Amino acid sequence: MAVHKLTAPKPGKWSLRDSLLTFIPGNATFRSMRSRKARIGVMFILPFILGFLVFMVRPLFQSLSMSLSSVQLKAGEGYTQSFIGFGNYNYALKVDPYFNQYLVQEIGRMAINVLATLSLSFVVAVLLNQKFKGRTLARAIFFLPVILSSGVLPGIESQNEFYNMMQGISQEVANASGVNLSAALQDLLSVSGVGSGLFNILFQMIDSIYDIVMASGIQIIVFLTGFAAISPSLYEAADVEGCTGWEAFWKITFPMVSPLLLVNCIYTIIDFFMKNDNRVMERINEVMYSQFRFGESAAMSWIYFGVALLFIGISSLIISRGVHYYEE
Amino acid sequence: MKNKRTHDADHMGYFQLNRASGGALLRNSAKKWTVSIVRGLLLFGLCFMIIQPLLTRLGTSLMAERDLYDSTVVLLPRNPTLDNYRIVFELTDFPRSMLNTLWTSFTVSLLQVISCTLVAYGFARYDFPLKKFWFACVVALIVIPPQTIATALYMNFANFDILGLFKRFTGKTVSLHGSFLPYALMSATCMGLKDGLYIYMLRQYFRSVPKSLEEAAYMDGCNTLHTFVRIMLPDAVPVILSCFLFSFVWQWTDLFYTRNFLSSMSIYSTQLSTIVSRMSRYFSSNADVPVIVPAGRQQQLISIGVLVCCVPLIVLYIFTQKTFVQSIVMTGSKE
Repeated sequence: MAVHKLTAPKPGKWSLRDSLLTFIPGNATFRSMRSRKARIGVMFILPFILGFLVFMVRPLFQSLSMSLSSVQLKAGEGYTQSFIGFGNYNYALKVDPYFNQYLVQEIGRMAINVLATLSLSFVVAVLLNQKFKGRTLARAIFFLPVILSSGVLPGIESQNEFYNMMQGISQEVANASGVNLSAALQDLLSVSGVGSGLFNILFQMIDSIYDIVMASGIQIIVFLTGFAAISPSLYEAADVEGCTGWEAFWKITFPMVSPLLLVNCIYTIIDFFMKNDNRVMERINEVMYSQFRFGESAAMSWIYFGVALLFIGISSLIISRGVHYYEE
Repeated sequence: MKNKRTHDADHMGYFQLNRASGGALLRNSAKKWTVSIVRGLLLFGLCFMIIQPLLTRLGTSLMAERDLYDSTVVLLPRNPTLDNYRIVFELTDFPRSMLNTLWTSFTVSLLQVISCTLVAYGFARYDFPLKKFWFACVVALIVIPPQTIATALYMNFANFDILGLFKRFTGKTVSLHGSFLPYALMSATCMGLKDGLYIYMLRQYFRSVPKSLEEAAYMDGCNTLHTFVRIMLPDAVPVILSCFLFSFVWQWTDLFYTRNFLSSMSIYSTQLSTIVSRMSRYFSSNADVPVIVPAGRQQQLISIGVLVCCVPLIVLYIFTQKTFVQSIVMTGSKE
């Protein structure tokens, strides 16, 4: 038994020979327990493998090739495709009047929103983690945005152009009569000579607080689970050693949930990129469904995807430096 | 001696006690009160912000049109009417679109959850070649925006064919546009809306279940399928249910997949997204002259549409709130 254990390969390590023999009947490896289990495992994930190959990899390649060629719809017979190199990318970035502008805007908005969402959800999670009357109700309400800001719902009311025009006018009237509190405060601060760059960002956050709260339902829950997973004995030990609540928060709570910061950051970025009220997304849909420029819209979505990946990469690099992994 | 002191403390007033403690009591309780007042205000404010739009919508939804232009009417209607709802129901093809939404969401979520549970179990418990690679694909599934492949999928289903078989036999490809089949297939193979996330959640859960349970079942002669169905599934019901609920809610409000794959069906979310364009036609047909629907009125009708979309979900959420929140706690705890 012991000898067998020594020669048996480690779980997770599959030599090329073993992997092949596992699926070819009529040899010793095929009949081994390990191979049998591997085959069962593959059976379990088979739906995913099939789906991924047929509905993800193939369309991905097609869309990539579409983005590199000019696509023309033919009546009844599908479409024709001819290779034109990077023309569509050129179109998306240089010719389309809105795309690059929206892209830059949305990236800026996203950077601010991600920061704000992360900090807000963290603070709210800390608050909701304390014991007080009505905690269950408060938790339930904070989770409601997961429903209320999904799918069609978030954009629908602001997409109405006619209404937006009217609102723009009423906003101007309101600004002129000086009831806009945050604008007034902003004026006051800039007059008193406080550095304006950072404050502009802060005010932008405050002005979009509703969007931020609506986007942070899942993140709050994720942080809450992180808090719940910290063993109470750590706090007890800290308390015995004379640690104040403030110190315990920064020395125990924060480092322990820091890995979740990364998870939440990635989730927020993806969520933001795929939101329905995102103007880049709207533009891509418009180019595809109203103008039937399939090649151009494919190129746009690839650019957008690239930007999203870049952002996820950068933020995971930054955050993972500060993350502390607790090894049990 | 000790007993006597506590006895004294019981009879001392608050300020006497405070003096005895050298001011620490007052300081502490002031701190405690400040914290809870600040917390209360902050949480109330944020909760109010979440709830308020719903209440406003409810209020405006009951207003007759002239109340909208009356600046003395703010939240409560002066001439309450249910007529707006009737209009919105007609505009969104109400009972039919809602029923369609109901059964498609239900079927799709069910398919998604079944396939994701199987896949997640495979990832959590079995060791097979290329496992890391396939799991990386699951993560890729979470990250890749479906919009990237939308065009290609759209084309694919317009000219659906399996390995060129249909073309060889019938001479042409099959258009699956407007049929429910493509989307059902995608959901059954984990390629639906946010499936990567469900696989990840469920895998996280299955990994936290002790292995000894299955080993014991194996010892007693239980085969793989039985172990999975009889031992693993019953305990996993809350997590699976929460995935189902997520899936159901997101499918209910989803526009992207619905617009791409279920375009021929009358689904509430697509009806809602195009409600404005149908509004003027609706009002014009009643009046013989082209009518421009005023912005406020448009907005009111959209709000009602949103409300009608939300209410079933909110009711569902109220009843299943525990499952929703609890099971993420179960899956998320072990990163």
